[in-house]
Amino acid sequence: MSENMKKDLELDIKNLVVEFRTDAGVTQALNGLDLEIEKGKTLGLVGETGAGKTTTGLSILQLIPDPPGIIVDGSIKLAGEDVMMKSEKEMEKIRGQQVSMIFQDPMTSLNPVMTVEDQIAEVVAIHEVDANGKPIAYSDAIKRAKEMLELVGIPGDRGTEYPHQFSGGMKQRVVIAIALACNPKLLIADEPTTALDVTIQAQVLEMMKGLRDKYGTSMLMITHDLGIVAEICDAVSIIYAGRVIEHGSLEDIFDNTRHPYTEGLFNSLPDLDHREQRLKPIKGLMPDPTNLPKGCAFCPRCDYAMEICQTQKPPRVYRNDEHYVECFLYNEQNIKEGGVIGR
Amino acid sequence: MAKNNTNVNGEAVVKKQNQWVEAWKRLTKNWSAMAGLAILVIIILAAIFADVLYDYDNVVIKQNISARLQAPSAEHWFGTDEVGRDVFARIVHGARISLAIGLSANVVSLTIGGILGACAGFYGGKLDMIIMRIMDVFLAIPGTLLAICIMAALGSSVTNVVIAMAVSGCPGYARIVRSAVMPVRDMEYVEAARAIGCTNKRIIFAHVIPNSLAPIIVQATMHVASVILTIAGLSFLGLGISPPTPEWGSMLSAGRAYIRGNSYLTMFPGLAIMITILALNLLGDGLRDALDPRLR
Repeated sequence: MSENMKKDLELDIKNLVVEFRTDAGVTQALNGLDLEIEKGKTLGLVGETGAGKTTTGLSILQLIPDPPGIIVDGSIKLAGEDVMMKSEKEMEKIRGQQVSMIFQDPMTSLNPVMTVEDQIAEVVAIHEVDANGKPIAYSDAIKRAKEMLELVGIPGDRGTEYPHQFSGGMKQRVVIAIALACNPKLLIADEPTTALDVTIQAQVLEMMKGLRDKYGTSMLMITHDLGIVAEICDAVSIIYAGRVIEHGSLEDIFDNTRHPYTEGLFNSLPDLDHREQRLKPIKGLMPDPTNLPKGCAFCPRCDYAMEICQTQKPPRVYRNDEHYVECFLYNEQNIKEGGVIGR
Repeated sequence: MAKNNTNVNGEAVVKKQNQWVEAWKRLTKNWSAMAGLAILVIIILAAIFADVLYDYDNVVIKQNISARLQAPSAEHWFGTDEVGRDVFARIVHGARISLAIGLSANVVSLTIGGILGACAGFYGGKLDMIIMRIMDVFLAIPGTLLAICIMAALGSSVTNVVIAMAVSGCPGYARIVRSAVMPVRDMEYVEAARAIGCTNKRIIFAHVIPNSLAPIIVQATMHVASVILTIAGLSFLGLGISPPTPEWGSMLSAGRAYIRGNSYLTMFPGLAIMITILALNLLGDGLRDALDPRLR
């Protein structure tokens, strides 16, 4: 509690549990996820496919498809206010205004039969009000849309075109323009560059970085790419099977890696300086979320697994105020020193 | 494509090209659709100006036994029927009835069936189940038979024909709209729309329906055709529009007795039905191609 008092948190997720209940069984998407983003900072949420990254993003907006998804436990606070207490009407005001989301695939996240400026103007028209407190005129919304297009590096007069007339990178710029049109406090970027090729990736990332700094937006960067994390994030949370297993600042995670899974993620990256080195991918696959292991979820794939890992959930061990690991390898002493794992 | 024009102040003005303008441009390139549209326009104009062309009471209804069963000639283009009425005049006035009923019944069933289908498809679950099972009950009865039942219960008048046609058209629309809406509902841009704060109503009308319009428009044009055909069928059976009102189906029915000696009595109303339906179908296909954003 006292810790939260000193930090000014834009997003504070505590012990979030989300399940998808279908006839085939209960999928445990998130199992007690904790996440904090300070105002103006960027948090990278890193994990494999199916780890619950997107579910986390959708939970913040209360957009988990229900049925079958339900939030079983936990709290999500946006600037101190619990979104689970909000009605659907109140959430509609928050979405796009206070929090917006960039989806993974720009090819499918734009409406094909609407011009791009109409799509940007839509969010402006929904949320922005004029000096009298009335919704702003549509012509003003269009004007704003053109400004947003210029801001993301697209000539404003191309706003009258349809998404299919744009390239992938430009579409993602449009999606970013929509997300930023109402100056949100928090931007959830769900793998925003995964569908783009590398040159465009770099451009888009650079632009997002610039806009984030310009408007002081907090950001949740959902990705599986540690390169992007190094580029843009202030803090990193590593998520595995719906739980944050290691969290820390960029330096903590990159230079003082503690969790075997995080180590595995780094070892899966090709190293240009040592090309003769073989890649060491993490063996096996994510555990079946309908049937998670009793102990540590990573235990079946872990090179350092011990007997205790199979039966008990590892406790959280702190290395400093921020950096923590959930792993039995560590106790108060050896976590400071490191050297327990190969990295 | 945006075109840059300049206004009086020399500032660049972007001329907005509406998607419908673009669709129209593509439609004009499709000659068969344009042929369909041209025929349809002629028929609609004939229907609108039917009173100017031929006086209803004196030419279309009034019997003139001395001029009965005349073959087509310069004076009577399509000949005269068994009581001496000009067949061409009756076909022109018949277009008015067929089109009016076809369109109005279509609008009613499109609105009701469309909204039911959109709700069923968008919300899914129990609502979908209830709506679609009710529609299935209607679908279990053949359309013509359903119309006959309604006509038999309500009596034959133009309004009742419209009601009968509208009711029997609803399930078809509900199914088409539902199946068109379902894949669109799960598209990422619908989720994205929700993530920017759109209400369900806005999502349905601004995002889902415009993206599922193509099959609905095709169904609508084709359905006008099938309604016209069903009305003709009903009238042929003596259940639709009653004589002496000039209706294509009842004209066919009346000419049946003279088919051996005076085949034009059945041929011309039959041709009128065929050409109208062909025109509607050509236009429907053309519209589908023009409105499909993937073909742009």
